[in-house]
Amino acid sequence: MRYEAPESLEGAVALLAGATGEARVLAGGTDLLVQMRADVVDPALIVDIKKIPETRAVTEEQGGWRIGAAVTGAELREHARLKKAWPGVVEAANLIGSTQVQGRATLGGNLCNGSPAADSVPALIAAGAVATLAGPKGKRNLPVEDVMLGPRTLALTKGEIVVSFLLPPRPPRSSDAYLRFIPRTEMDIAVVGAGVSLSLDGGGTITAARVSLGAVAPRVLLVPEAAQAIIGSRLDKAAQDRLEAAARAACRPIDDKRGTTEFRIDVAAVLARRTALIALDRARAN
Amino acid sequence: MAKHHIEATVNGDAVEFLCETEETLLDVLRDTLNLTGSKEGCASGDCGACSVMLDGRLVCSCLVLGCEVGGRKIETIEGMAKGESLHPLQRRFLEAAALQCGICTPGFLVASKALLEKNPNPSEHEVRFWLAGNLCRCTGYDKIVTAVMDTAAAMRKG
Amino acid sequence: MTETNGHTQANGHSYVGTRQIRPDGVDKVTGRARFGADYNLPGQLIGRVLRSPHPHARIVSIDTSKAEALPGVKAVVTREDFGDQPSEFVPAGEMMMNYKDVVRNVMAREKALYEGHPVAAVAATSVAIARRALKLIDVKYEVLPHVIDVVEAMRPGAPLLHDDLFTVGAEPKPDKPSNIAKRVEIKQGDVAAGFKKADVVIEREFKTAPVHQGYIEPHAALATVSEDGATELWTTTQGHFIVRAHCARLLGLDIGKVRVTATEIGGGFGGKTVVYLEPLAIALSRKAKRPVKMVMSREEVFKASGPTSGAVVRVKLGATKAGKFTAAFAELKYQAGAFQGSPVQPGVMCAYAPYDIENVHVIGYDVVSNRPKVAAYRAPGAPISEYAVESVVDEIAKKLDIDPIDLRMQNAAREGTKAAYGPKFGPIGLEETLNAIRKTEHWNAPLRKWQGRGVASGFWFNIGGETCVSLTVNEDGTISLMAGTPDIGGLRAALTSVAADELGVPYDKIRPIIGDTGSLGFNFLTGGSRSAFSGSMALVEAAKQIKADLCARACKLWEAKPDQVEFSGGHVKPLGALADKVKPMSVADFAKVAGKTGGPIGGVGRINAQGAGPSFGTHLVDLEVDPETGRATILRYTVAQDAGRALSPAYVEGQFQGGAVQGIGWALNEEYVYGADGKLQNAGFLDYRMPVASDVPMIDAILVEVANPKHPYGVRGVGETPIVPPLGAIANAMEAATGIRFTELPMSPPKVLKALKEKGLNKA
Repeated sequence: MRYEAPESLEGAVALLAGATGEARVLAGGTDLLVQMRADVVDPALIVDIKKIPETRAVTEEQGGWRIGAAVTGAELREHARLKKAWPGVVEAANLIGSTQVQGRATLGGNLCNGSPAADSVPALIAAGAVATLAGPKGKRNLPVEDVMLGPRTLALTKGEIVVSFLLPPRPPRSSDAYLRFIPRTEMDIAVVGAGVSLSLDGGGTITAARVSLGAVAPRVLLVPEAAQAIIGSRLDKAAQDRLEAAARAACRPIDDKRGTTEFRIDVAAVLARRTALIALDRARAN
Repeated sequence: MAKHHIEATVNGDAVEFLCETEETLLDVLRDTLNLTGSKEGCASGDCGACSVMLDGRLVCSCLVLGCEVGGRKIETIEGMAKGESLHPLQRRFLEAAALQCGICTPGFLVASKALLEKNPNPSEHEVRFWLAGNLCRCTGYDKIVTAVMDTAAAMRKG
Repeated sequence: MTETNGHTQANGHSYVGTRQIRPDGVDKVTGRARFGADYNLPGQLIGRVLRSPHPHARIVSIDTSKAEALPGVKAVVTREDFGDQPSEFVPAGEMMMNYKDVVRNVMAREKALYEGHPVAAVAATSVAIARRALKLIDVKYEVLPHVIDVVEAMRPGAPLLHDDLFTVGAEPKPDKPSNIAKRVEIKQGDVAAGFKKADVVIEREFKTAPVHQGYIEPHAALATVSEDGATELWTTTQGHFIVRAHCARLLGLDIGKVRVTATEIGGGFGGKTVVYLEPLAIALSRKAKRPVKMVMSREEVFKASGPTSGAVVRVKLGATKAGKFTAAFAELKYQAGAFQGSPVQPGVMCAYAPYDIENVHVIGYDVVSNRPKVAAYRAPGAPISEYAVESVVDEIAKKLDIDPIDLRMQNAAREGTKAAYGPKFGPIGLEETLNAIRKTEHWNAPLRKWQGRGVASGFWFNIGGETCVSLTVNEDGTISLMAGTPDIGGLRAALTSVAADELGVPYDKIRPIIGDTGSLGFNFLTGGSRSAFSGSMALVEAAKQIKADLCARACKLWEAKPDQVEFSGGHVKPLGALADKVKPMSVADFAKVAGKTGGPIGGVGRINAQGAGPSFGTHLVDLEVDPETGRATILRYTVAQDAGRALSPAYVEGQFQGGAVQGIGWALNEEYVYGADGKLQNAGFLDYRMPVASDVPMIDAILVEVANPKHPYGVRGVGETPIVPPLGAIANAMEAATGIRFTELPMSPPKVLKALKEKGLNKA
């Protein structure tokens, strides 16, 4: 098993594009190492991207934020201004695993592990994040909701890696939130995850919204109908009911050891509502 | 494939070791460097018994590859006491009977020290959530949480 | 946060009852203490086990030739390397086991009986080579239909695990084998008549799932066998003398040639009272002529080490309107895993033991199924049966509109009550624990909507057993204390306190160790809540010997007669006129002149400890349910339990708190999840959900002390009772919070939400 730690994007792309056997990107290792130990994957090549500066930076860009794919959840939590602008994204990244896991886990890894239950992905999708990819044919941008196509299936082609995420500029009176349902209080994989980002006008009416649901379908869903249900409202009871109905309708979950189909649908509706209410409170305070 | 030759700092000492790509930092600490204070409870990052500090960041050493730590600073339970002086957390755990079998104790101590360095005045809620990644099956957590909060108070008094 | 009741404060120089620092503590907080996987020997090989991927299959053939040929592989063992064992039942902790089954559980013979069942093992020069070697072993299986549910396994026509298993205790004796190994029964009075006298009768069926002990340290063993057959073994175990006996038996060795060291143990809770890796490591070492180290992965721990039974329990309880229980019936079906030996017998015994009921009838079935062989888990069998009983007791309290503590008090077993399973209770503390709970601020604290409060009682009978403890006075007056029961939770603190008080030597001048099997006489394992109880009893004997010896030496030195000297307060004291002539001598004083007065000073207590007293406990829990998701949060928890006399109160509280939290996990989230294919789906800490620190509140511990008259300090074992009441208390709290009686554990959110929805209650 080869281990390489290139210091440039070109170096990483060349290694991955030229790999003959199974190759894996290493960021935080919180999924890869577990899968290796469980004999689920046996890569011939591991490419550690943490020495590539673009993957490790958090910078302001055109009024928005660019977050490197290999920035850890713990580092995001310590970034006061990012946290203020995108509390939902930051809290989602900091729900992954434990304090120890957050010391290593990254947004890039969380997305590219390809699990529809990933905690940070609904928050990124709700935020309207766009992933920048680098590959043998150069760079391209892809909305996060188009990166994960299904369980362990990504839209990345051979040799492509996720470099960073761009979060759009924030109008005033905007905020986001992420909630998940787990049976314990920590440490579980999300049974349902909900990310909501919204903006208000001066009167408190929702003018823009994005709603994303995780762990209720083969991929993390962007649910435009759920957003439509609340745009133009102040999230009164009728809007909440419409939101819940839209969330229910979008779910196509499975029965597994973490939850039944029925349970996931019921809880998706409840969480969509609760998450939207938190985002609303935060937006009002902004 | 030849082994990796790694130089790093462990508990303030320069160390040098060889490791295979698939060996984790935990494997290296225990089997190559003979620092068996960090424990393997699950090898999947779910129990925290292998907790160490990596460049000042609390991590599970079972989720770090040995070959990643070249040039980096690692702190384990073995480095917590200074000579004959136990760290206040170590002392308080003993006084408060915050351990029964003791297998989780190194992980809890490393994690608690990291907490107090970040937040010298944590609430009970904050202590419990920070330590949620450290499993204990013996104590039910009560005396551990009390010991951490008591130590925080004592350390704030100076 | 604790309240104490009784004489637990030190007075003068007494250490017993104080919050001492455990002597083994510094090593544990510095990472120096060595647990099972921390031992290494030069030249050691790494051992790994090949396990059946099928829940039920005939093993047609095993071809190990390719593995043996792999460079770096030094030994391979299979069923060929273990002689068959005739059927013989022996005690295994508080359960029984049969050597014929043990040899088959350690290494499959005719069949693989669960996914994870060992079929071969290798020893190689590295982990990587060992793993590769396992892949080269070619096993041909004839896959058979499997059965994993206890009720399914009992049906005629169910896939049969053992064709020589005929139900013991069934009338008439069956002529066909089945999966029902045993039927047990206890009977007292006439339940039919008793139910006729009842004004209210409640009958319910309950279901529980298997749960694992969940110790954080996986099994580990390191063995080295010399060319003359002398064997040394380091293993993480609750009973190294038992390990020695099993390994000697399975491998045909003289017991005296096997020396077992119990390493520090990272949790056991009953799950480390049996052997898994040890015989394999020894067999491999014997073949390879090098030390062999074996450690289980977490997945192996879940797939191949014993959880406790899942069960179906039917309870029928009758009471008069005034609240007197008139008749109690229960039928328990416990699954044992691949080989017989579930804890159904103690489950039967404990079901109604907290109550004084004239008419009792309990039946139990021990049923095999294609799952790992069940092992003891803290008060084995009792949490399951008492969950069912305490739930029905709660229902009766509600139906009769009687306070649940009053109802229990009215029917409580007391001194003199004859338990349905046989013995008459001596002094016991059930009522004291009920009163202690009633007096707490917790009992009366206000509750809001969707919050509920539940109470339940429980007990464990506790055991004594063979124990050997040695005390040696060193030349400088310090004491070496050697016990033979592994310390799983603070035993050394308790024993050191007793030794300090017995001999009048300061606590920090006593060094306790757990001796290996070559250094002490036989010790039964740490289990049955016996180690502090029996260890301190044996220690008192050893101290008596020393005291008598020192008095004799004093008589020689002082030319006195035996009635002129006595030992008290750590000294041999001259009495009467002699006191004017000579000064008292301390243990340290004698140590200085030991050689001149006859040689080394020491004592060995060798006993079969009798008189273990049961420990009763009552638990009180408040919880809150989120009606929109079914998630329950434990808000507040109080334990009151009778310790007899707490030698080490901080560690006794620790037992209460730890057992309560295991119970919380069992009640709310823990369970083995199997697919229809008979394979375990949650073999890791991610999806086998044990409580984490943020899941639970502080656990208030109230120490009740009703002295056990049969112990020199009044001690009762405390380790197991704490896990018995939580299931019932939490189920009762759930009922109070939701109005729904949950008869299936765990009460996980999907189940709770579904039940709330069915009643239209799933709204905030």
